[in-house]
Amino acid sequence: MAKYKTKGLDCWERAKELRIRYYEDYAEAHDRAALRWEGGAWSFDAIPQALEGKVHVLTEEPYGASVGADPRLQVKYQEAAEGKWGCARDLCAYMRNYWGGIVLDEYAFGGKWPRADFIFQNQICCSHSKWLQVADEIYGGTIPYFCFDVGAGPYDRIGERQINYVVEQLYDGIEFLEKVTGRKVVDEKLIQNVQNTYRSACYWAKTCELNQAVPAPLDEKTMFSLYVLGTLEKSNKEIADFYEKELYPEVKDRVANNIAAVAGEQCRMLGDSQPPWGFLRIFRYLETYGVVSIASLYTFSLIGWFELDENGNVVPYPTLEEQGITIKDRDHALRLLAEGELKGKLMWAPFYGAKYKNELVTKIAKQWKCDAAILHLNRGCEGTAQHQMEMKIALQEIGLPVMTFEGNMADEREFDEARAKRLMDLFLTETLGLKKIAD
Amino acid sequence: MIVGGIDVGGKNVHVVIMKDGEMLAKGDSPTGIQKAEAAERLYDEVLEQASLKRADVERVVATGSASKRAAFAQGMIPDAAADARGVIRLISSARTIIDVGAEEGRAIKASPEGKVLDFAINEKCAAGTGTFVEAMARALEISVEDMARISLESTRSIPMNAQCAVFGESEVVSLIHAKTEKRDIARAVHDAIAGRIASVARIVGLEKDVVVIGGMARNVGFVESLRKEIGMDVVVPDDPDFVGALGAAAAATAGVLEEEVEAKVVEKEKYEEGKA
Repeated sequence: MAKYKTKGLDCWERAKELRIRYYEDYAEAHDRAALRWEGGAWSFDAIPQALEGKVHVLTEEPYGASVGADPRLQVKYQEAAEGKWGCARDLCAYMRNYWGGIVLDEYAFGGKWPRADFIFQNQICCSHSKWLQVADEIYGGTIPYFCFDVGAGPYDRIGERQINYVVEQLYDGIEFLEKVTGRKVVDEKLIQNVQNTYRSACYWAKTCELNQAVPAPLDEKTMFSLYVLGTLEKSNKEIADFYEKELYPEVKDRVANNIAAVAGEQCRMLGDSQPPWGFLRIFRYLETYGVVSIASLYTFSLIGWFELDENGNVVPYPTLEEQGITIKDRDHALRLLAEGELKGKLMWAPFYGAKYKNELVTKIAKQWKCDAAILHLNRGCEGTAQHQMEMKIALQEIGLPVMTFEGNMADEREFDEARAKRLMDLFLTETLGLKKIAD
Repeated sequence: MIVGGIDVGGKNVHVVIMKDGEMLAKGDSPTGIQKAEAAERLYDEVLEQASLKRADVERVVATGSASKRAAFAQGMIPDAAADARGVIRLISSARTIIDVGAEEGRAIKASPEGKVLDFAINEKCAAGTGTFVEAMARALEISVEDMARISLESTRSIPMNAQCAVFGESEVVSLIHAKTEKRDIARAVHDAIAGRIASVARIVGLEKDVVVIGGMARNVGFVESLRKEIGMDVVVPDDPDFVGALGAAAAATAGVLEEEVEAKVVEKEKYEEGKA
């Protein structure tokens, strides 16, 4: 008999609809005299989206992940990229997928590759800073390109100097946008977009916090499909509304009514890094043992903003309302945007050392009541895979059993599903002493 | 109680039949491509050796990378779990187990009860496995046994840096062309595998006693290289390649006992219900 009651999310279809419309809007933008731009999931979309008129964005990583979810498509695109440059396999797998689409002039959501009018990118890892520069070279080097650096320091070292460093570049970015598009950045839109960014980032964090409940209201496999909206366009009003007014209240209601993501929850798992997108069924396999992956630094803070409270606990970053802030003008909006991203995106901290990742991940494991961890040693993303083995030791030192498996988030040639399942069987039955509760 | 354990590996099948914890019979044969047939055939041969029929065996548990091919087994156990149970049964002081088979090398941190506390496996690379040694022996045109023996006579340490079996073979060919002594090349191969597997073992932590099992544990050259690499003595049990099957048989015994306990609990519950 099921241990807990369960049901699907009521807002699930809405999330799917928003995602599909986003990719269609981008493809059709020019038919509606709208601008198209490419950037990263972390590239402060609030600013280009504040240009006059309609503007649509294509963020590179979620696109690479969408391709990664289709093993047939990913091999085709990767081989296209490899055929052109002989890309090394340790390059970002999302990036190779993305480049392959451009090389073949194919858009994974139908039709020819929709060329961007400009590129607005930020630098947090070497792949991000070069990704769209190379993409532009495939086009012939004709797309205006702007890149700003957000490598100002980890969340606990952010002060005025670091915020100024980023804000000054954002002013340059606005100048660039106005020059290459001939359109103005509208302050009212910018202020609204920053407010929406805060709503998306803070309410996703609040939703993740709700997963501390036992049983967990959300499983990580579902969360992957939910956080993606924030990687597409977190400054978008509909997306911010989704996080604040649909997802968060519904998950809160699930907690209040003891509705589990997985009816047989008996072991709460911590994850890490992007999953092997073409093989998300491994999460369903875990569920046959009553294992639910419920938390990870990556899934939480890819878009979610968090901070450490006075007790050192990981808690959601406060919304503008909670901080009692009303945005006054352009400068105020840019400063708040930079501050939220630099202080709240804990996901960036591991780029500054293993110490940060170990500290944050062990806190999450304790606060979210994880029983064990399964870490995906992700060959497809050097950024998120860094420090993973040190993290394993840190987790073991707090008494958490840890299993690792090698794979790749978006290159199926580097993931051995049968072997990964064998390792899971071993870990779950022998190390954790679990038995299968379903086939 | 008579139970069986079968280890269907990438290269060989091993079967053991136990009666009340004592070995009745054992056997091994190449797995080949027809793994299911190989498993069936060897199982029947070992039963015959023990003058038993299938019906005499209360439970059979399979392990190994092709354990699913042993369709006649009533249960399966992951290979590292079988290793841990098998080793602890033979050497109760074992805490680190290094198993190098034909296609995989792994390290296991075991509890005194034979529970797997942690494990690490060499991923997607043949250069740390028995298959690699066989390929290198072919390149040297000697048997694996001779390769093991002559490597102990070497006094030279030659580093092999290749991270995969294919490039490893290229290095060996280069050494042959450079007229390097076979014994030195043999040692270089064993040192390379030992280095690879030692780094896997360091992930789980090396704690005494370190026990080496799997087909490669029969290779004295490799075992010596491993001793040097980890700077610790290692223990090699008799028949180190049968340990997985032995662990599976131990699991079969435990499974039978568990079922007996469960049946008694059900009986007792029924009895209590009847009384009420």
